[in-house]
Amino acid sequence: MSEWRKDWRHGPWSPRIVVNAGLVTVLALVPVYAAFAGDPFAMTLFSRILIMAIAALSLNLIMGFGGMVSFGHAACLGIGGYAVGILAKEGIGSGFVQWPVAVVASAIYALVVGALCLRTRGVYFIMITLAFAQMVYYVASGLDRYGGDDGLTIYHRSQFGPFDLNNATLFYYLCFALLLASIYLVWRIVNSRFGLVIQGARSNEPRMRAVGFPTFRYRLVCFVIAGALCGLAGALLANHTNFISPAMMHWTRSGDLIVMAVLGGMHAMFGPLIGAMAFLLLEQGLSHVTDYPDLILGPLLLIVAIYVNGGIDGLLGGPRRG
Amino acid sequence: MLYFIEQFLNGIQLGMLLFLLAAGLTLIFGIMDLVNLAHGSLYMLGAYFAATFAAWTNSFVLGAVLAVVATLVAGMVLEVIAIRRLYGRNHLDHVLGTFGLLLFFNELVRLVWGPAGMTLSLPSEMLTAVQIPPGLYYPAYRLVIIVVTLAVALLLYVLVMRTRLGMLIRAGASNREMVGALGVNIKLLYTLVFGLGAALAGFAGLMQAPILTVQIGMGENILIPAFVVVVIGGIGSIRGAFVAALLVGVIDTIGRAFLPDLLHRYLSENAAATLAPALSSMSIYVLMAVVLVARPEGLFPAAGR
Amino acid sequence: MAEALLEIDALTKRFGGVMASDAISLALSRGELHALIGPNGAGKTTLIGQLTGEIAPDSGRIRFEARDVTALPVYRRSQIGLARSFQIASLFVEFTALDNVALAVQAHAGHSFRFWRAARCEPELRAPARDALLRVGLAARADVPVTALSHGERRQLEIAMALATRPRLLLLDEPMAGMGPEESARLVETLRQLKGGLTILLVEHDMDAVFALADRISVLVYGRIIASGDPAAIRADAAVREAYLGEQDGVRREGRHEAPHG
Repeated sequence: MSEWRKDWRHGPWSPRIVVNAGLVTVLALVPVYAAFAGDPFAMTLFSRILIMAIAALSLNLIMGFGGMVSFGHAACLGIGGYAVGILAKEGIGSGFVQWPVAVVASAIYALVVGALCLRTRGVYFIMITLAFAQMVYYVASGLDRYGGDDGLTIYHRSQFGPFDLNNATLFYYLCFALLLASIYLVWRIVNSRFGLVIQGARSNEPRMRAVGFPTFRYRLVCFVIAGALCGLAGALLANHTNFISPAMMHWTRSGDLIVMAVLGGMHAMFGPLIGAMAFLLLEQGLSHVTDYPDLILGPLLLIVAIYVNGGIDGLLGGPRRG
Repeated sequence: MLYFIEQFLNGIQLGMLLFLLAAGLTLIFGIMDLVNLAHGSLYMLGAYFAATFAAWTNSFVLGAVLAVVATLVAGMVLEVIAIRRLYGRNHLDHVLGTFGLLLFFNELVRLVWGPAGMTLSLPSEMLTAVQIPPGLYYPAYRLVIIVVTLAVALLLYVLVMRTRLGMLIRAGASNREMVGALGVNIKLLYTLVFGLGAALAGFAGLMQAPILTVQIGMGENILIPAFVVVVIGGIGSIRGAFVAALLVGVIDTIGRAFLPDLLHRYLSENAAATLAPALSSMSIYVLMAVVLVARPEGLFPAAGR
Repeated sequence: MAEALLEIDALTKRFGGVMASDAISLALSRGELHALIGPNGAGKTTLIGQLTGEIAPDSGRIRFEARDVTALPVYRRSQIGLARSFQIASLFVEFTALDNVALAVQAHAGHSFRFWRAARCEPELRAPARDALLRVGLAARADVPVTALSHGERRQLEIAMALATRPRLLLLDEPMAGMGPEESARLVETLRQLKGGLTILLVEHDMDAVFALADRISVLVYGRIIASGDPAAIRADAAVREAYLGEQDGVRREGRHEAPHG
């Protein structure tokens, strides 16, 4: 173990760095593979992985680093998606309008929910975030003009001047770039003064207050940042599927996001990406092999929960980067 | 007025079912400190077991009894194989693990019983309507649900307040370390409590089965309201779960029944028709949010937590 | 006597039927080291909790630098110069010793809504943190994670964190509890060096340390201050001898853990 640690500190080629670099390379080459192998489905699947990775990353910022286990994060994904869908339906197709609205709407939701929820702790926090997400879910179900329960088809992807998001390759690389930028952003935040306050509050909140930090406002801002980032993922997701529906905010979707973050390894920068990839690829791969994929996926999650500490990233050994 | 009484009774009935689920959840929460997302799966299993056994035995009552026993056993087996390995871990591991179980059970049911769903039909004597106050005909089976679940709640009360096992359960819910220090066989107690919770959930599932169809995913839809009940009542408190369950059941039902008309008085018909279902579905979550903002530990916080 | 830095006026706190603080009045002058002693359950930790703001008093006032702070929240009190070390070391266990102290420095270096620069590379946080570690003799252990520190080292780290907030008043809640004789001696030395520059309220069971360090001593029994004065006066006080010093050995041998409302 200590050898690993040395390795990581001094040598550039620790297993973690090799795996992460390999991952980024593979993801960069997916469109190339899809073009050569004539496999457009790979593009669809991996675009989805990138988008869900952004969502899981945003959850990981509050959950893994901030210790705020939100069981309603899919609401932010849905709000971002609905912002795009509603604006598209109302004839506002410009992405320069749609996406900022998606981000801001999610951020505002996070601000309200955070302000009300961050006074509770533990399971109560998990449950109250869930309650708010359920409210959003039912509001979306009640929006008859926008499809109600059945959802709404988006006929035109967001328009960004000369850039055509209908081009699968362009869309893929856009998602890819946004994911890498998000990982970099979260990495900077986590290691900044702000990030240390957030992590300190996860570790020992009473002590943070005793040493002079008004923790509530820092946690709230962190919650809002995560909401905004997830709103962006929601805008991407709506463009990806050309469809929005309350189902994207069902509580099991929030569960999926938690599973991705935990599976990949919280506290690790690439954990959410690894988790999203593992989860979605497994789901996909298993459904090729068997008609009953969850019969295997379910127990697999249980085994990870019981035996694997620190998720998949934890298997790479060594200390995890904060 | 009669309509109100009818809806009120429906609310009580929903509340009693939620209580059956929430009682098990709150005990498992309070004693083992376990967030169990698979609790709804046991509810679903109870319904499927009952539909199957009732078809075999040609008797609703016999089927129901067998189904309760089957979910009790299923719960205890589940506890021994998987759940007990999650004790003492953080809540995230619980969410991950029991979420996996939930996926597993849904798929298992699809494999065993098929994707179509089942129906559980009632014996003919329960299909009639009973006249309670003059002029109000109320379905006999719904009354049966209220009476039987009340009886179960009473039994649970006696079990928890009057027996040695109950004393340990109460002690465990308010102070876990204490029970361990008393030299009680914790492992067995935990298995029993989980089995009891499973049996209650299965019982709720089979009682509800004749009203709704027995289908995959039925557990997910009821699980979250049950959690809402647990949280409003205060984790670990059975009394809290009882009060909160009735509150949630009545508010949800009355909201669905009367909100459309109420809104219509102030809004256009169109707006009311759009808004009412969303608002009434939200009502219990609003209730929970209000309760938690005012009392972060629920209405009846268990002592010592 | 110099001007009072901290004035406690008729502070009262009741837990059920127990008077944890019974109209406590006490004044600390600038620069003194004031020791608070008393048997277990006398209400010492409750008093500290009220001074830092973790416990709200039922009645009475606390004035710090002539300003009423009775209703100020915990983090504000820390910001105006009231620092405490915890009886049971309360640290950020995932971080290194230096990280812990640097966080304390950061808490008093303006707001922390700074999202970009790597905080672990900021000399204006790290240098004062290293200073504080040096003052308590932990400089060599700066980069060791808290989980790898010994019990005594954690107590020293607690004090380093309190110092790093550049306090005007330091509240030390049994800093020597559970320490070996060597570690205790080192800590007494550290406190001796801090003395004079800082006003310190020391809650401690170790009588040798108390009588060696204190300028004045107050004796708390059942929530009430029964005596207050310089060490010689306290040693001679009949009421103190009867109520407390007579059983001093017993107190010193029994467990050091005191419930907050004991």
